[in-house]
Parts: sequence; structure tokens; C-alpha cells
Amino acid sequence: MRVERKLVKNQESQTVDTELDLGLLDDLLKKHTGKPGNMIPLLQGVQNIYGYLPRAALLKVSREAGLHLNDMHGVATFYSQFRLHPVGKHIIKVCHGTACHVQNAGGITDALQEALGVKDGETTEDMMFTLESVACLGCCSLAPVLMIGDETFGKLDGDAAVKVIKDIRIREQQQNN
Amino acid sequence: MKKTVTVGLGSCGIAAGAEKVFKKIQALKEADGLDIAIQKTSCVGMCYNEPLVEIQDDTGYFMYGHVDEKSIVAIMEEHIRNGNPVRDQVVLSDLFETGDASFMEGQVKIALRNCGYMDPESLEEAEKREAYQAIGKILENKVSREEVVEEVIRSGLRGRGGGGFPAGLKWRFALRNKADQKYVICNADEGDPGAFMDRSLVEGDPHTVLEGMIIAGYATGATQGIIYCRAEYPLAIKRLNIAIQQARKNGYLGKDILGHKGTDFDIFVKEGAGAFVCGEETALMASVEGKRGMPRKRPPFPAESGLWEKPTNINNVETFANIPWIILKGAEKFAAYGTEKSKGTKVFALAGKINHGGLVEVPMGITINDIIFKLGGGIQKGKEFKAVQLGGPSGGCIPAYLAHTSIDYDSVNATGAIMGSGGLVVMDETTCMVDMARFFLDFTQKESCGKCTFCRIGTKRMLEILHRITIGEGEKGDIEKLEELAYQIKDNSLCGLGQTAPNPVLTTIKYFRDEYEAHIVEKKCPALSCKELLTYEVIPDKCTGCRVCAIKCPVNAIDGEKKKVHVIRQDDCIRCGDCYNRCRFEAISVR
Repeated sequence: MRVERKLVKNQESQTVDTELDLGLLDDLLKKHTGKPGNMIPLLQGVQNIYGYLPRAALLKVSREAGLHLNDMHGVATFYSQFRLHPVGKHIIKVCHGTACHVQNAGGITDALQEALGVKDGETTEDMMFTLESVACLGCCSLAPVLMIGDETFGKLDGDAAVKVIKDIRIREQQQNN
Repeated sequence: MKKTVTVGLGSCGIAAGAEKVFKKIQALKEADGLDIAIQKTSCVGMCYNEPLVEIQDDTGYFMYGHVDEKSIVAIMEEHIRNGNPVRDQVVLSDLFETGDASFMEGQVKIALRNCGYMDPESLEEAEKREAYQAIGKILENKVSREEVVEEVIRSGLRGRGGGGFPAGLKWRFALRNKADQKYVICNADEGDPGAFMDRSLVEGDPHTVLEGMIIAGYATGATQGIIYCRAEYPLAIKRLNIAIQQARKNGYLGKDILGHKGTDFDIFVKEGAGAFVCGEETALMASVEGKRGMPRKRPPFPAESGLWEKPTNINNVETFANIPWIILKGAEKFAAYGTEKSKGTKVFALAGKINHGGLVEVPMGITINDIIFKLGGGIQKGKEFKAVQLGGPSGGCIPAYLAHTSIDYDSVNATGAIMGSGGLVVMDETTCMVDMARFFLDFTQKESCGKCTFCRIGTKRMLEILHRITIGEGEKGDIEKLEELAYQIKDNSLCGLGQTAPNPVLTTIKYFRDEYEAHIVEKKCPALSCKELLTYEVIPDKCTGCRVCAIKCPVNAIDGEKKKVHVIRQDDCIRCGDCYNRCRFEAISVR
């Protein structure tokens, strides 16, 4: 399921971009430059490095791989995988597949929206969590499910989902102390 | 015989905690010096019992369900050390009857023949289970390309991705178009919410999919294969890449396959980037070329001008998985299963309000009732079976009274649904059909690529109407408006997404018109599912005045003193249902 996209405030993304290490792109560019059909693998590579598609990185890829920036933007905004703005440390993917929907996945998104104070597709101010809806995680028999990183949590209700988030918050605080 | 402990490590098993169980077994083996072999396998289809652990000893096999880190300790102690199987936790065994045996009976496994029975990351085990023998047989006996195509046509195999076009005919078109380069593409972009057949197949038996593609490559004269797989399936991609490496190393892929001079076929995996429309073949090819995944007009069909304008043959994962079996066992044996026009078997992903959710492979011609009640174990919590949704967002709802419908392409199409790729979601009395239609349309509306006006704007307008209906703002004439829009969208869209997007709405109107009318006229949701249309009230005779509901109410909309009957202030109630769920005296009514 496509995530509702928020328009990025240009100022914000520029300041983040200046701290980027664009040298990280060199291997990726070497691997894909000149090959036909390299647009999506390049964008996927950039996102793997930075977690999103920073403007500065897109400019560099455009220059060195000879791709048009407007084509890159067109592809990046077409596919739901690509993000044009930074995301939180933990991405919460709430499954809204058919099986999860009939088992009340909507209630989980509602509860998380309230607990995190963000809407679907947004990131918390402390850059800790991004809340997303996804089409199907393929664990329909555990419905309703959500996924954070590689971990899947199944047979949830709103309260249980909020508890998962609380546990992560506590773990993060312990690590910081 | 050494005792073997096998853990099911498919995505569904891992999600349920199988990885932890696997590590625990390894730790127990080391700590106690147990003389056992530990193996990995993939999903055997019994997703509702995950995590699954199978123990095989001299007496037979024992499949344990719902195993966790704690219970595995007891099972290992009792079964491995003391030799006493823990019968209560065994869900399947060849020694005694279990309640779950019905799940396996009635299944015929062709595409899934190896899933859950071997380590998907081991070529050796795959070879023991006949991997690459079909392509070996073809090359050894110098079977011509035409003969391979003929064999597939005779098997009657139809495309399992949903379209149902005869696979062999597709191959023949690709074979007859001459070109310096041809391609074979495996469509593993399973975007349909509620379907996971392709994922399980690729995770459980990647070599069979590769072999199917190699055979297609030989039959059509293609030298390059591409698997287009969803990026959301990391484990599937990993296992495919492992299998490709193994196949290359052992001479199944690359130049001179199995030493036969002049043969050449290689495969790489292309990760999709998340767009449902890329399941459509022309959109998929645009995506492989690195463009926005938008469909184009056909003809020319891919067999004539496909990827990079070269002849291309595209089949779905399940279609390819059937091919090696057909070549090895013969087209007649495959065609012996199924109905006159739909041959062989079909894999279904059972989900929703069903007791035995998971993956099943059944011969065509079985009825929906048999799948749900014999294999699927019936409806959860003893509720009433209302409808089944077949074919995902492109399909439709089939009501309970038509559940005697036979599963084959033509019978299913006659109901207004489609076979689709095999998602089968069961709904009970608490599922609102209007909400269901809205859910699917919400999905297709977001996934519409935007090329055709009717699909782009029409689905949006339909969604708005459906949304109004579910919040009690439906108007007279809405149903007719929905139908008119639906037919316009079907007639004026270029690709399958638009042509089928209105199906969930049309079938629910056809079979559950009274539910639409209840929403529009009476402003009621008969399934008690649409929040905005519900009223929660205290039943005075049953209320004990315990104050639980008043305390739990998130908006403080419940008044009442201790030991006195409470009242819900309707203006403030947000209809969250917390009071209804928490009351221990069933003193809250909802209607």
C-alpha cells in the first residue's frame, strides 16, 4: 500500500544533506554506470546507504551516471519503496493486507498514531519512529501484524502494538544511559 | 537411524519465532551432547501451527506445532532423551490420527512438492528430490524445442498469475518470433494483499523455479532469464541468489548446460521497488528497463516485442514450478487432475476468519466449501461463514450460498470473481461487505499508475462514494452511480488493474445489495463493523454498576455512580468499543 507522502520542507533537507559523505556512492556508481536499466538499482543503492534519497546524492548520481534528474525524480516518486526525506531510526510497518484488515489492522494504526503523535507516513520529532502502512507482509495467519526492522509482531491489538513501541523506547533509553 | 530435528524457517515461521526455537535446539544439542541431526526447511503450508518442528526417528515422524523456546525444552527432553513423543503437541504424524490431518488430506502437491520437505539452501537435497532432472532429460534425449512446447500445451497448464492464458501457447509465440536475443521473465512481484503463494514457493524450493525457467529458455530460444521479485521479500531474494550461485557452479546455468554444447541460459534477480501495477507484464518490463512501471498498449505482445523490444516470455512463479514435474511425469499425468478446461492443481493462500490459515495445493475442480471446511477446518470461533474473497483486489466476493462453486477458471469467472493468483480470504458474519469493497478500492486507487483517466479518476470517485456510505452519509442513487462508474472504468482502462479494479464493488453489490441499502437508507451496518454507524448502550437490567467501563472509557463518556446503572452519553461516545469489550456482565449492547 502506498504511503501518503508529506512534502519535504526544502530548508530542512538541505541542512541534512550538507553532512552527507558522498564518497560512499563511488562503489555503487562504478558498479552500475553505463549498464542499461540501471536507474532503479542505483536509486535502491543510494537509499541503502543513506536511508532515503538525499538531493545531493541524486545530483551526484545524475552527473556521473549520466541520468536525467527529472527521470530520477519521476521514478523515485512512482515506486513506494523510495523516500525523499529522512526517516526515523525504527520504521514501523503496519500490515494492511486483506487478512490483517479483516482482523482490524485499522485499530492498530489508530492506536499507534495516537501513541506516537504522528499520522500514517510521518516520522516522530525525535527521529525515532516512522509509521508506515504496507500492503502485505505475508504472515497472514498471524494477522494482524506489524514489522519493525527484521522483527515481526503478530496477533496484535491496539494495546499490544503500543506496548511494542514502549519497549523499544525503554531499550533505547537504557542504551543511551 | 539418527534422530532428525527439522525446523520450518520460512518467513511465516520466522515471524512466529522459529529462529529462536532453532537456536535453542542447537544450544540444547551442544549442552547435552545429543546425537541428533538438525535441519532447516521451509514452509509446509501449516502456517496456523507455526513455529513447526518435525522430529523423525525410527518409528516415524512427528510434527510439533506452536513450539516456543520453552516448550521445545520439554519436547527435546521427553522425545529425544526418553523416546516418548509429546502427543498433545503433535499436529501431524504417520503413527496416529490428529485433528490436523484433514489439512493435508485432499491436497495434491505438484508445485509445492518440495516445500517443507527439504533445506531450500541445499542443492544436494534438491537434487535428491529430482531437481534438474527434467532439463537433463530434455537435453539428454535431444528433445526439440517444438516438442517441449507441445508437451506444455498438451498438459493444459494455464498461467497461474491470474490471467489463465495457456502457458504453452505463450511459449510457442515466443519461439516462433526470430530474434538475436530473447528473454524469459519470472513474475514474482506478488503484490496482492493477502496472497503469499509465490513467496512460499520461492523460499521453499528455489531450484524448481529456476529449472522451470531454464526449460522455458530452451523451449523459446531465450538465453537470459530475469526474476522480478518484490523487495519486500528479502528471504526469497536471498534464497534465489544462493540457488543461482549453486546452479551456475554445477553447470545447470551458464554456457553449455550439463555439458551440452550450444546451450546457454543464465538468470539474475531484479528487485522490484514497490508498485502493484508492475505485476502487469508490460509494466513489469518497463520497470526492468528502469522506468516508471506503467503499462503500454498490447499488441505488440511481449512474445513479439517485450523487454528492450525483444521477444519475451513472462510467466508466474507457480507456472514455472509446475513445468519440471510436467516434463518428468508427462503431460497426461498433469492433465489427469482438474476439469476439462482447467488442468492440474492450484495453490491457495488461506487467510482471514478461517481456522487453518496457510498454504494449500488442491486439484482444480474442488469446491470452495471443501477448501474451507475440509482443509481449512471451518470458521474461527464457530461464527457463521458469510463470503469468500478470491483474486484479491482484481477479484470478487463469492457468497456462502455459492460456495459449492467448483474451483476452475470458468466457474469462478461466472460468479464475477476471478481465480487470480490464489489469495482466498474468508469472511464471517462480522465482516462488512461495503467496508470490504472500500478496502480493495482504496488499494487499487492508490496503486493506479495514473495513465488512464478512467482508472485514475474513476476509482477515486468510487472510493469517495463508498467512504460516504460507510460513515452514514450515503444517498439514494449511490449504488447506481457506483455501477455506472464501474462499467466505465472496466471498459476504458488499458491494463488489467483498471479493467478489474471495480470487481470487488460489483460483486458485493450483486450479492450483498441489502447491506449497501442498510447503510444508505437505515444508516446501519448489519455486520456491526462500520464504526460511525454504531450505537453503544447500557442494558439497565444487566449493569451492576462496577464502574469498569466508566474508568476505561477514553473520552469519559460514561456516567454513573457505584452500584447504580450507568449511562453512555451518545454525543461524546467515539464508538471505540472499549466498554463493550471490557464489560464482564455483557451489559453493553451494540447495534
